[in-house]
Formats: sequence, structure tokens, C-alpha cells
Amino acid sequence: MDKPWNNRAWLLVLPVVAIVAFSAILPLMTVVNYSVQDIFGPGQAYWVGTEWYRKVLEDERLRDALLRQMLYSLAVLAIEIPLGVAIALCMPSGKGWRTSLTLVLLALPLLIPWNVVGTIWQIFARGDIGLGGAALQRLGLDYNYTGDPLDAWLTVLAMDVWHWTSLVALLAYAGLQAIPPAFYQAAKIDGASRWSVFRYIQLPKMRGVLIIAVLLRFMDSFMIYTEPFVLTGGGPGNATTFLSQFLTRMAVGQFDLGVAAAFSIIYFLIVLLFSYVFYTFITKVGTGDAR
Amino acid sequence: MDLQWMAWTWPTALFFAAIALILAAMTAWEIASPTVARRGFLPMETTRGDRLFIGLLGSAYIHLAWLALGDASLWIAFGIAIVWMAVVMRLG
Repeated sequence: MDKPWNNRAWLLVLPVVAIVAFSAILPLMTVVNYSVQDIFGPGQAYWVGTEWYRKVLEDERLRDALLRQMLYSLAVLAIEIPLGVAIALCMPSGKGWRTSLTLVLLALPLLIPWNVVGTIWQIFARGDIGLGGAALQRLGLDYNYTGDPLDAWLTVLAMDVWHWTSLVALLAYAGLQAIPPAFYQAAKIDGASRWSVFRYIQLPKMRGVLIIAVLLRFMDSFMIYTEPFVLTGGGPGNATTFLSQFLTRMAVGQFDLGVAAAFSIIYFLIVLLFSYVFYTFITKVGTGDAR
Repeated sequence: MDLQWMAWTWPTALFFAAIALILAAMTAWEIASPTVARRGFLPMETTRGDRLFIGLLGSAYIHLAWLALGDASLWIAFGIAIVWMAVVMRLG
């Protein structure tokens, strides 16, 4: 590419930069300041340098939480993206009551607040009174999400899939609806199979919305806090304690503001790296720019 | 405005001042001579801004890795990060 880019238009976004500065940059600067000090209260801070960073990096609980978090995010993406696309492909197209009804039904889980979702699933998964938990036990399965780590994991995953697959489906549906009918007509004339239509027309045309879906679901799942906190409280043991819950315990539970700040910076860098790699990889795939 | 709640220290203030200076210099450079996307040793086409971001993120990870792996002076990690930054900006 030989054409130079002129970035002067970025000056027009200065007002947004000013707003972001107050809502994000100043708090981030404060966290960096806290991460190198021992904070006892306002005006009572003592310089400790990199001590908190060393402490956090040597903490095995952090490594375990990070591993759990990565596994969780990968599982969420592996289930929700294909499932969302499959649902979008099955949805009725065009105008009509069927389309409207499907869209409303799909949007419903997205309207429910995170803590309410946690509560719904806490009751739903209970072995004594919960519809899901009791049904599984009646089927002869030894299901107990409060005592068994695997059951807890599967329940948290199922909850996330229930809550957020709709978002992927709606985004993929929007992508599908934007494909001009001429593409399908051309495929029909060429005698293309259903799979070929999906692989060479629908999937490439959904690329833009799927990039957004993957990034949103990755970042959201990587920062998940409320639902597992309400559903399992991070247990049994630490089986479903993810990074944000670990961080909150440190900052609010133990009032270790310096250590929690160092942890936050590392957490921020991890999210930044993963998001950048994901974004770069996804935007280059299929454009002939990926090696 | 009382900024006591932000718990500023000289080293962190210098750190942010350096970041702000780099961004201001990059903006001035961009206005004087707009970047051209090119491909170096990094596995994709990058602009000057991309390479700065990759360089800064890499530098943060170099410092973290240094802290995680041993007790040697952080200035050595800083030196490595400077070299990394120069390599990415020139050859990335």
C-alpha cells in the first residue's frame, strides 16, 4: 500500500478524548500511582516501588485464576460463536410476525441485569427446588453445582451461553440480512451446495459483525464478575474464582489497595494484549494480509 | 483542585509525562509527515502508531517478565525495552 494516511481528522475526536480522560485515564493513572505505594488512607501512602508487582507475579493463586479465566473465555467463544451463527442461519428472514417474535425472544436474555441472571440460575440449578438441578438429579445424574467443581463450571458456562448467545445471533443475523439477494441467485445458478453458500458467501459477509461479536464476548467473558459471584461465590473452593473476583477480594475484602492496583495493571495489560492479538488476527484473516 | 486522592509520586508523574511527550511528538510527526503502512518483521502491515503501541506493550511485558524471573536491577529491563522499542519502530 503506497497511499499515505492523513490523520488530521483525529483532531475532531478531541472532545471525546477529554471525556474519556476524566472517566478512564485519570482513574487509570491513579491505579498506577497506587500500585507503587502502600496505601493506608488519603494522604497516607508510602513508596514501595515494584514490591507489589513482584508479590502479585509470584502469587500462585493469580496464575490459577488467570488459567481458569483463559479456559473460561476460550470455552465461551468456542460455544457461543458457532451456536450464535447457527441460530442466525435458522432464523426467518424478511419482514413478518415470525421475524419480529424471534428477534424479541432472542433479545430477552440481553435485557436481564447480570445479578438477576445469577440469581435465576442459582435457583434454576438447585437440586431441591430448581427446575434444571432437580431434573438432572431425577435423570440419575449426580449433579451438585455447589459441591462439585465440574458441575459448577458447567453451570457457569451454561449461564453465560444462555445470557449472551443471543447477542452473537443478533449480530450474525444483521450480517446475514445485509447480503444482497443477487449473491444467492448467482450461487443457485452455479449450483452451489448449502455448505458452499455458507463458506463462500455468508461467512465472509458476516466477517465484520463476527469480529465485533468475538471481541465483545472475549472482553466481557474475560472480565466476568457478577454472574459467577452470585451463582457460586467463586466456589467450590476457588474452582470458579475468575480474575475480577480475585481482584475484588484483594481490594475490597482485604483492603490491599496497593497490591490490588498492581494486579489491576497486570490484568489490564493481559486484556489489552489478548484484544489486540484477536483484533489484528481477525481483521487480517481472509484479507490476504495474514501470513 | 485537590489531587491528593490520586496519590501522585515523582516517578509515576515522570512516567506519564514521558508517555504524553511521546504521543505529542508522534502527533507532530504524523502531521509533518503522514505515516505509510509497511511490512517489516512483524507478521502484518503496520503504521508508525501501530509500531509504537506494539513497542510500548512489549516494553511493559519485558518489565513484568524481568520482575517475575529474578531480582536483578529493573534498569537492565529498561535498557532491553529501549532496544526492543527501537527495533520495532525501525524494523517492525
